[in-house]
Amino acid sequence: MVEFSLPKNSKPTKGQHHAAPAGAKNTKRFDVYRYDPDSGANPRIDSYDVDMDTCGPMVLDALLKIKDEMDQTLALRRSCREGICGSCSMNIDGGNTLACLKPIEDCKGAVKVYPLPHMPVVKDLVPDLTHVYAQYASIEPWMKADTPPPASGERLQSPEERAKLDGLWECILCFCCTTSCPSYWWNGDRYLGPAILLQAARWINDSRDEATGERLDQLEDPFKLYRCHTIMNCTNTCPKGLNPAKAIADIKIKMVERAG
Amino acid sequence: MFAPSNLRSPLGRARGLGAAKEGLHHWWLQRLTSLALIPLTVWFAATIVGLAGSGYEAFVAWLSDPCTTAVMVGFLAVTFHHAQSGMQVVIEDYVSSHSWRLASIILVKFVCYGLAILGIVSTLIVSFGA
Repeated sequence: MVEFSLPKNSKPTKGQHHAAPAGAKNTKRFDVYRYDPDSGANPRIDSYDVDMDTCGPMVLDALLKIKDEMDQTLALRRSCREGICGSCSMNIDGGNTLACLKPIEDCKGAVKVYPLPHMPVVKDLVPDLTHVYAQYASIEPWMKADTPPPASGERLQSPEERAKLDGLWECILCFCCTTSCPSYWWNGDRYLGPAILLQAARWINDSRDEATGERLDQLEDPFKLYRCHTIMNCTNTCPKGLNPAKAIADIKIKMVERAG
Repeated sequence: MFAPSNLRSPLGRARGLGAAKEGLHHWWLQRLTSLALIPLTVWFAATIVGLAGSGYEAFVAWLSDPCTTAVMVGFLAVTFHHAQSGMQVVIEDYVSSHSWRLASIILVKFVCYGLAILGIVSTLIVSFGA
């Protein structure tokens, strides 16, 4: 449902200020969303003055420096620190992106760091992704074929057929797109969202898959698919430069194709 | 996002009631009516502006032309179909209570189709000089 303002217990308050260590000359402020479910208190925005002379170039570097050297209570997900794992997706400077790929110097003034929008928050910058993962499972993201594999064991694809998967296989499921989509904010319980629909397109476009029609059947629904109104936030925000809006449009075109 | 009392599995919740197996027709008609409304709206606006200032008889004479009557009936039908279909999407987007959603969609459909019938019948009455 549309929520034009945050519920009372979700409104962030002003939090603590953590000053830079004495002697730091080149500092940058980070305003970070903090929420501790155990305290029962409202979320708060803590500010940290980070010494940039001893900090790496990316926002993730600063967050890890904060956790290591200034405030160990900060919770965030991270793993590969090079844009492959999709763990450190969050809202930085008003846009969803991967903290490891976002240069600090691109942020003017204080760097605002929030969790992915409109998701339940487990703690601080860690959103609860249970539902999007379940939605991913619901599209059955594996190859389905009734034809037994050839004796060689390998199902072949022509270079042209393989090319149809480009722009789809690269998705790392960071959910920056899904959580930037107003349709997903309002109807995320039923709408699959851009990340999952792009994954659905990845299987619909796979020449080796034999369940294309069944996959389209599972998507033909006013909410699962047609909540997409081509707002394009997904494509704007994708840190991997993919185009989920186009993948969704391709699915809609396939629906028209098979109807007439 | 979900009440803690809901112990259904995440996958069960995600699958929900399954796919309705419809939505294409609604989406496709929205596109077709949008397309049709481009020339129809231009035609309607241009002719009304052109006739501005001329008297009642001039309007009746214009509307009584079979081609004008046909296009006007088409314009009304397409406009109100497009309106109710667009409003339905807006309501589905923004109203989450099932009963309110259903009630508002029914209301919008009745109003739009009522206005369409009223407009078309009026056009025909003027056109046939009844």
